[in-house]
Amino acid sequence: MNDLAPFEWILATRFMREGLLQTLFIIAGVALGVSVIVFMSALLTGLQSSLFSRTLDFQAQIIITAPEEIARPLYVPGKGEMSATLIQPRAQRLRSVDQWQKVRAQIEKKTGVVVVTPVVSGAGFVIRADANRAVTLTGIEPETYLHLIALKDKIVAGNAEVGSNDIVIGTELAKDMGVSINDKITMQTASGATSTLKVLGIYDFGNKAANSRSVYVALRTAQSLLNLPGGATTLEVNVADPFAAELMAQSIQAQTGLKAESWITANEDFFTALSGQSFTFLVIRLFVGLTAALGIASVLVVSVVQKSKEIGILRATGTTRQQILRLFLTQGALFGLFGSLLGSGLGWAFLAAWRGFAKNPDGTLFFAIDFDPLLFLYAAIGAVLVGTLAAVFPAQRAARLDPAVAIRG
Amino acid sequence: MADSKTSIDSQSRDAETDATLRLEGIKKSYKIGKSGEVEVLHGIDLVLGRGEFVALIGPSGSGKSTLLNLIGLLDKASSGLMFLTGIATENLDDRALTKLRADAIGFVFQFHHLLPAFTAVENVMLPLLAKQGRPDDAMRKRAAELIDKVGLRALANNMANNLSGGQQQRVAIARSLIMQPALVLADEPTGNLDTKSADSVFDLMREVCDTSGTTFLIVTHDPRLAQRCDRIIELVDGLIASDKKNTQVLTKGDDSPLPVAQRAAT
Repeated sequence: MNDLAPFEWILATRFMREGLLQTLFIIAGVALGVSVIVFMSALLTGLQSSLFSRTLDFQAQIIITAPEEIARPLYVPGKGEMSATLIQPRAQRLRSVDQWQKVRAQIEKKTGVVVVTPVVSGAGFVIRADANRAVTLTGIEPETYLHLIALKDKIVAGNAEVGSNDIVIGTELAKDMGVSINDKITMQTASGATSTLKVLGIYDFGNKAANSRSVYVALRTAQSLLNLPGGATTLEVNVADPFAAELMAQSIQAQTGLKAESWITANEDFFTALSGQSFTFLVIRLFVGLTAALGIASVLVVSVVQKSKEIGILRATGTTRQQILRLFLTQGALFGLFGSLLGSGLGWAFLAAWRGFAKNPDGTLFFAIDFDPLLFLYAAIGAVLVGTLAAVFPAQRAARLDPAVAIRG
Repeated sequence: MADSKTSIDSQSRDAETDATLRLEGIKKSYKIGKSGEVEVLHGIDLVLGRGEFVALIGPSGSGKSTLLNLIGLLDKASSGLMFLTGIATENLDDRALTKLRADAIGFVFQFHHLLPAFTAVENVMLPLLAKQGRPDDAMRKRAAELIDKVGLRALANNMANNLSGGQQQRVAIARSLIMQPALVLADEPTGNLDTKSADSVFDLMREVCDTSGTTFLIVTHDPRLAQRCDRIIELVDGLIASDKKNTQVLTKGDDSPLPVAQRAAT
């Protein structure tokens, strides 16, 4: 007996050792539950963060545009007058955000904003000899835009630091046009403006449509091609906490009067799917926890019956009801603790095994999984809580035992 | 239950007479079914003095175990007064009863009832451990002395279920003494032992009684062992049928009677 160990701890551990097989089975049951939770939590977190990063790497968190142009009837009917009017929605022409430099400076001052970059975006054609392709032309300020979008990471040839005579295109477009780095192609827009540009970089977003449709040029080049001298069709913003983007968008909209849309609003379906996934996992966790709790409770109920004589003796020899209560609560907590330690180890092993075989054909992982030590800590705390709560009923039953009846058996 | 004046009077009497236990008009009834009630003890008056070695005999169903449970504070009387070491017990709550039981009473049961997950010496320590909350060297020393006293020094660290019946009962006696109780209640302590072990266990209790002044109340069906007590109380149908001093006390495992005056000299 350890001098530091309290009476209830000594009894709980001895009782557990005495019924070793029973103890091992319930710990194994709890461990299995914990390992499932650890494994699934890590998997889900990895999957969700992978989805987030895939979404956010190529999309600004907040996009600010000029308010839409609306049609207004010239004649407004007076009081008591009626007028039959057919109002058609206006076609939206390419327009610049009014005084975007001033707006940019305002937004940059806001707490939580990491980067604000102007973008000029419109439709155009890439022409080389007899071949031409319709593309989306994006004019960027490389020094800020490349902090917003992970374009640099996707460059497979050359680089993305576009100058006024450069263009960055996708692998699919490069193949279609038969160009490689330093080759020249012509860019033409609907206004008739043309410019011959040098292929500075080729990217691969892992998506055929994106690789054939998007091209990047310098902001000034795009302004000139799209006939928006000094303008910016959008201001794109990233914030420190991506999940605070919606609030920030609302704040920007209120402050500037411009239309600000967060990635959360723009990807509503994606978020609904993620919420559904999280809820499903929560339900699974609840059921796993409930199963473990019922397992612990049933073992302890049996233990109380098996040990009723011992409880009677303990009560007769001076052990209080509170000590008996604490004895069984300690046992429940220990089942949870040992189960969670073993379960965390098992969960870690499952994750290591997953990393070994869940790979793409090119050898890269489906998605990255982090071994977050906090996850193990939370699992341990959760299991101890579940074990303790599961022990409440058996412990109360044990504490209520009449010693005279218990001793008689 | 009695008023406070009666309690104070009884306590004063206990102090004067050196009584370990005083029972006054103890009755105990059990409910049977929804409305039925059966009275098991019909009014027991009893005083046990310090250092008495008393046998409680009687046929099965006479109420011996019920009386022992009441005296051991494991059950509550339906009416009557009980004073243990001068303390009135009828108004004590569960916590106070547990404390008084731990401090003043030692139990020895027929089936030994040791905790199998503990060694012999650890079983002896348990009542003190429950009181103190954590083990310490003084506790270990005290338990070792008691184990030594009951002649089991060599087996002190054996697990309880590796001991013979007689050895387990010796451990149980040592356990009953660790709190230095005023009263030891033994419910057929030799009922499950062979004659030799029974004699040995009885001798041990006698010796403890003589040397420590602890009062022993021993329930037994064995008239030969009862004859080795100073006083024999016979319970019949929930009433004390006889309560007499035993003037011809038998000594260690011997059937030849020995007058009380000579017992002290042996």
